[in-house]
Amino acid sequence: MGEVYVITSGKGGVGKTTTTANIGAALAMNGKKVVLLDADIGLRNLDVVLGLENRIVYDLIDVAEGACRLKQALVKDKRFDGLYLLPAAQTRDKTAISPKQMQDLCNELKEQFDYVLIDCPAGIEQGFKNAVAGADKAIVVTIPEVSAVRDADRIIGLLASNDLPYPKLIINRLRIDMVKRGDMMGIDDTIDILGIDLLGVVPDDENIVISTNRGEPVAADTNSLAGKAFRNIASRLEGTVIPIMDLDTDNSFVDKLKRLFGIGKKQ
Amino acid sequence: MFDFFKFFGKEESSSKNIAKERLKLVLIHDRANVSPKFLDMIKGDIMKVISDYMEFDSEEIDIRITKVQNEDSDYTSALIANIPIKKMKKIGKNPG
Repeated sequence: MGEVYVITSGKGGVGKTTTTANIGAALAMNGKKVVLLDADIGLRNLDVVLGLENRIVYDLIDVAEGACRLKQALVKDKRFDGLYLLPAAQTRDKTAISPKQMQDLCNELKEQFDYVLIDCPAGIEQGFKNAVAGADKAIVVTIPEVSAVRDADRIIGLLASNDLPYPKLIINRLRIDMVKRGDMMGIDDTIDILGIDLLGVVPDDENIVISTNRGEPVAADTNSLAGKAFRNIASRLEGTVIPIMDLDTDNSFVDKLKRLFGIGKKQ
Repeated sequence: MFDFFKFFGKEESSSKNIAKERLKLVLIHDRANVSPKFLDMIKGDIMKVISDYMEFDSEEIDIRITKVQNEDSDYTSALIANIPIKKMKKIGKNPG
């Protein structure tokens, strides 16, 4: 029996879809059988992020309405053995499926897969309620900005009232250079405010944009720092203890000098 | 350890710290509003504690979380409870 994770954030544009795609790809690279479920009905994007947009025949709503069998709607990712996508419908809206139907679907999926990752739509309305209905655990994605952190806090509260207490946190798009000069909330600041356990930190990395342009998950890119961060997150989900990676790659002369005199900021 | 930046006051006014302080304040309100039960629970517990000392009309009790300005004219959150007293109980008076 697999586990169902919902990946959520409240605010849009913080990287839920990218996170879902990359954790999924990384889990598949570790030999796990994974299905990614796009719950963003009407605004589907997980397919393009994964580069599978041309292979969709049926979708989530077709399955829920019995227009096709579950197996027919699953899109197999040929690059990652064991990775499948269950796409959202693009021409329907969030009312086309009910929380009960999502629950049934998740229960069916976790019989066949090790991990079911649900890409939750932004917002706290029907789409959110559908997405969390069948989940066993939750992952909250945020970026270190006031609006995203505020929404994350609200989502954490709503998750708790939907029987999903203690979600895990992913801090996305962290810019260590800005953190160092005091212009961005760091890892400790964000955890301090939100008060939940950290699952991982993904640095701001232009490779994400490049790989998304190509429809290739950055998790497969061994040269990318963000790719490594996603692979670490996947391994942590599997229970491996991996320390948060050192994002401070800046070792300029001035930094060394500062450290020498003991005036460098502590990380 | 001597911190060069702290010494010149950069630490306090860094935009990170401003963000953090603003967030902390706004979240106090957000969290109180997420659950409508929240203030009712506080109200119930306060009533339990003070009912040994005084009589009051439970319908008249007004409890809210609000922003107040302190001496430095900074805003901070405060729990304000307005509890009209009907009568003090004997136990609340000074002995002797």
